[in-house]
Formats: sequence, C-alpha cells, structure tokens
Amino acid sequence: MELVIAITLGVLTSTGVYLILRARTFSVVLGLTLLSHGVNLFLFSMGRLTTASPAVIGLVEEYTDPLPQALVLTAIVISFSMTAFVVVLALKAAVELRSDHVDGEDPNEDRQ
Amino acid sequence: MNHLMIMPIVIPLLTGAFLLVMYRYNIGRQRSLGIGSCLLLVIFAIWAVLQAGVTDYTLYRLGNWQPPFGIVLVLDRLSATMLLLTALLSLFCVLYASRGSDREGSHFHALMQFQLMGINGAFLTGDLFNLFVFFEVLLIASYALLLHGGGRARSRAGLHYVIINLAGSALFLLALGLLYGLTGTLNMADLARVIANAPESDLPLLKAASLLLMVVFGIKAALLPLLFWLPRAYSAASAPVAALFAIMTKVGFYAMVRVFLVVFGLDEGAPANDTVMAWLWPMALITLALGGIGVLGAASLRTLTAYMVIVSVGILLATLSRNDEQLLAASLFYLLHSTIMTAVFFLLADLIGRYRDDGYDRFSVISPLSHRWVLGSVFLVAAISMASLPPFSGFVSKAWILQSSTPLPDYLWLWGAILISGLLIIAALSRAGSGWFWRPEEHSAAKARAVAKTQRLDYARTATVCVMIAISFSLALFAQPVMDYLEAAARLVYQPSGYVDAVLGDYVRQGGEVSP
Repeated sequence: MELVIAITLGVLTSTGVYLILRARTFSVVLGLTLLSHGVNLFLFSMGRLTTASPAVIGLVEEYTDPLPQALVLTAIVISFSMTAFVVVLALKAAVELRSDHVDGEDPNEDRQ
Repeated sequence: MNHLMIMPIVIPLLTGAFLLVMYRYNIGRQRSLGIGSCLLLVIFAIWAVLQAGVTDYTLYRLGNWQPPFGIVLVLDRLSATMLLLTALLSLFCVLYASRGSDREGSHFHALMQFQLMGINGAFLTGDLFNLFVFFEVLLIASYALLLHGGGRARSRAGLHYVIINLAGSALFLLALGLLYGLTGTLNMADLARVIANAPESDLPLLKAASLLLMVVFGIKAALLPLLFWLPRAYSAASAPVAALFAIMTKVGFYAMVRVFLVVFGLDEGAPANDTVMAWLWPMALITLALGGIGVLGAASLRTLTAYMVIVSVGILLATLSRNDEQLLAASLFYLLHSTIMTAVFFLLADLIGRYRDDGYDRFSVISPLSHRWVLGSVFLVAAISMASLPPFSGFVSKAWILQSSTPLPDYLWLWGAILISGLLIIAALSRAGSGWFWRPEEHSAAKARAVAKTQRLDYARTATVCVMIAISFSLALFAQPVMDYLEAAARLVYQPSGYVDAVLGDYVRQGGEVSP
C-alpha cells in the first residue's frame, strides 16, 4: 500500500507542478487542484497507513490517529472553496483582459 | 481564564458577519460599524499590551482543553505589539476608506473585518495548524479586498497574487503534514519540546519541514525569489487596502520569528535552524538590494512605495537571520516604523493623485497640482521620516539596528545594504517631490487655481495621514519606553523554554496526564 500511495502522491504532485507552470489560466487552475489533492492525500497518510482500524477508540485494538483526518477535512474545505474562487477569478480576468494568459497578455502574440 | 483575550478575533468576526447579513444597510451605518469595531480593537490591543507587560504569557484555552490538546491562544509582548500596530493601522485605513474608496464596490467594511480577524488570529494562535487556518482567513479576505473596485489592473495582479498564495498554502500543508508525521503534535510549545528531543535520524526531515515553512512565510513576507507578485498587487489595490497590506508582509516576518526562534529554537544550538538562517541571510540582502533598485526605477509613487515595502522586508529578514536578541528588538522597532510609514505613503500617493490634474501618481506626467503647499509639506515631512532622517522613528530604529549589529560577524554587509538602500530611497523621494512640487513655471498658475477652486482639500483624509506621521514622530519622542518593551519582547522570544513552560507546565508536572 505504501508503494501505491507514494506513486500516487508523486504523480499528483508532479503533474500539479507541471500544470501550474503552464501559461494558460485553465491549466494552472487544474494544476492547483491536482496539487491540493496530492497534499490532502499526503496529510492523510501522515497518520500512518493501516488497514481495518477505524478512528474510534474501543472498537478495535489498534485505532488510527483521528487528527490527520480532521486536518484533511479542513484542508479539503479550504482548497475546494479556493478552487471555486480561482475559477471565477480566472473567468473574470479572461473576460476583462480578453486573454486567458496568466499575465493577461500573450508575450509572443506579435510573432505568431 | 480571561475572555478579553479572544476579543481581537471575536469582535471583527461578529462585526464582519453582521455586516454581511445586513448588506442592505446604507453606507453610513456600515462605516460607523466598521470604525466602531476598529476603535474597540484599539482599546483591546492597548489592554493586551498592558497585560503582556505585567504577565509574560497569558493563555486562552479554547473550549478549556488542556494544552497540548485543543487550541491555545498565547499573548506575549511580541503578539501584543503586533495587535496594537494592526488595530491602529486598520483604524486609519477604515477612516480613510470611509471618505469614498469604500463605495467602489460592495462589502468593503465586512471584508476589512474578516481581514483583521485573520491577522489578529495569526498573531495570537499557539497552534501551527490554527496558524494555517488564520492565514487562509486573512488571505481569502485579502484576495477580495485586492479586487475590490474591479478593473483590468486589479484582475491581472489579483490572478498572480491568488495563484502564488494557493501554491504557498499547499506547501504550508505539506510542511505541517511532515511535522505532524514526525512529532505527532501541532501545538507550538509541544512541537518545540518534541523537536528538541528528536532523534538524530529525524533531523533531515525536520530541516526539510523548516525549509518548506521558510518558503511559505517567504511568500507572505516577499523574500527574494518569491516577491515578484508584490509590486503589481500593491500598486493595483485601492489606497486604504494597500495601506492595510503593509502589515501583511509583517505577518510573514512574525510567523518566521515564532516558528524558527520558538518552535525550532528550543533545541541546543538549534541545528534545524542553521540551514534556514544560512539561506535567509544572503536572500534577505539581495531582497534589500533589489528593493533599492526598484525604488529608484519606479514609475509611480504607489510602485515606489511597494518597493519600499520590499526594502523594509529585506532589512527585517536580514536582521532576523543574524539570530541576535538585541538586533531582534531593534528590528521590531523598525517594523513599527516601516509599517506605519509605508502605509502613509500608499495613502499619500492617493491623496496627491486626487489633486493632480492628470496622471494620478505617475512621475512621468507633469501636471498642475492644487493645494501644492499643504500636500508638499506633508510629503516633505513623510519623506524625511521614511528616509530615516532625524527626528523621526526611522532614524532611531535604523541607528539602533546599525549599533546592535556591530558586534556580529559580517556586520559590514548589513551596514552597506541598509545605508545604500536608504540613500536610494532619499534620492527617489526627493526626485518625486521636486518633480511634483517644485515646478511652478510648468504649471499654468491660473489653471491650478481654477482646479483648486473646484476641488476643496479633503481635510479628513489629510488629517488621517498627518496623524499617522505624528505617530511616527511620537515613536521617536517616546522611544525609551517602547525600546524597553521591545527588548523585553525579544528576550522572551529568545527564551523558548519559558514559552514551553507557560503553555505545557501543568501538563508536564502532572506527568503527561490530562486534568479533568
């Protein structure tokens, strides 16, 4: 399971970083979303990976740490709302600036 | 437990929520609610400063959970000073905005209150994840405030600002996850205790976490490779918003002091900190140099002020990275001075821009200016204070920084950077001032008089700026008690064991058992 989680984390983070470095706002927003998924997964796995042990005391011998789950919940709420905000902002900027480039203008526009 | 302590968070929260619900209130009522809340915040901040002067650490346990469980708010001299600074600054910004800037869009006062809640919370909290949450609160409010009023420039600057801060939040969470995975706690005092006793094998990961945190706070504070969002964002925002943002970079500085000197500082010799400080020192110096060049090259007063913010950040972080108690006290004094004065210049750029016929605050445009004498004298006095000439607070703070850095190694670098950047600021400000106020032959005097007749000087706005400059002057006048207070604050920061004992004392004495 560790390997699966590690590979997933790596793929999510690297695609996220790659997309954030793109020049169009749409791919940047996608990149931010993927990065925040990766971060949430990482935060979740910091409570150590075990199977068949719920985060409730008394149910089983070894219970999982409930705190990372609470942290992830907070992080999900924040990142979800921020994604919604940045989508609206990107749309507003694209309409106002008549360009979906992150700088509001395409630096190579004249050469094309 | 003293419930007054949570008031700096609760008051803006309730005011902001009330203003959101009562969005049909006319602008007059919104203004009076906003100003009233800021006045209350000033009163509570004064109480906090006095309280912190009596008791070193005042705790507030939310939900009465014993630390390290649950969230604890910690009030000491450092956080009390920051609270008072924020409260005063916000009062002036809201007063200035109430003369008309708040009409450009809706919900200005509500957003301002949420912003204040986030800032105050970040100063008070004693829990690292709670710090993240308050950072998000202040960031979300600042996104909306930056875009307040709309327009192409704001959308463009806002996009950069939001994207880099979202990436920063992701890194913050990574660092928190790493720290929690290593230590099993997020309470700052408990973290300090566990990190001090951490096995050697955890050190690389701890270093990684502390460097991640440095990047995060570097984005907030505008440290060198991460500062390019700042000039555009600060010069696009409306004047009162930009003036309030003057405190935002200082939140990053405050977080660095708390986290690196307290959380990572308890360990003998603080090995996790050495890497951070080694990175911070050169980058802060280059930030300072870049700020100086930007000041000289700026095309408008707002951009110039944004680069002065960067200069102040460079000085603060360079002094922080020298890791010295006296120097930290001196840089806290400089923090007070630079926050107030950069805010003054953001407001002044707007004030002067209103009375210029053309060009707003751009230097390249020569245009007649009404009320030349009043605005010119205010600008001159403000420029003297900003350029750190006597008799204002800038002189006291820079002299203190230079004096207390002399016993340290490499102090000449700091001297050179601070003095040269100061010279560049003097040059840029005198060029700006002489271009605007000393070109009578290029104004047609009759035209300027005609403009002056139609446009009366806004006394409330001018008075707000003058009172802020007077605060800078009185900081120099009453420098001794302020310096004593800040020295005590720095001494507490450099005794992290006192912090840990104040928060966790009961818990440790009970042998790690929770009292009912």
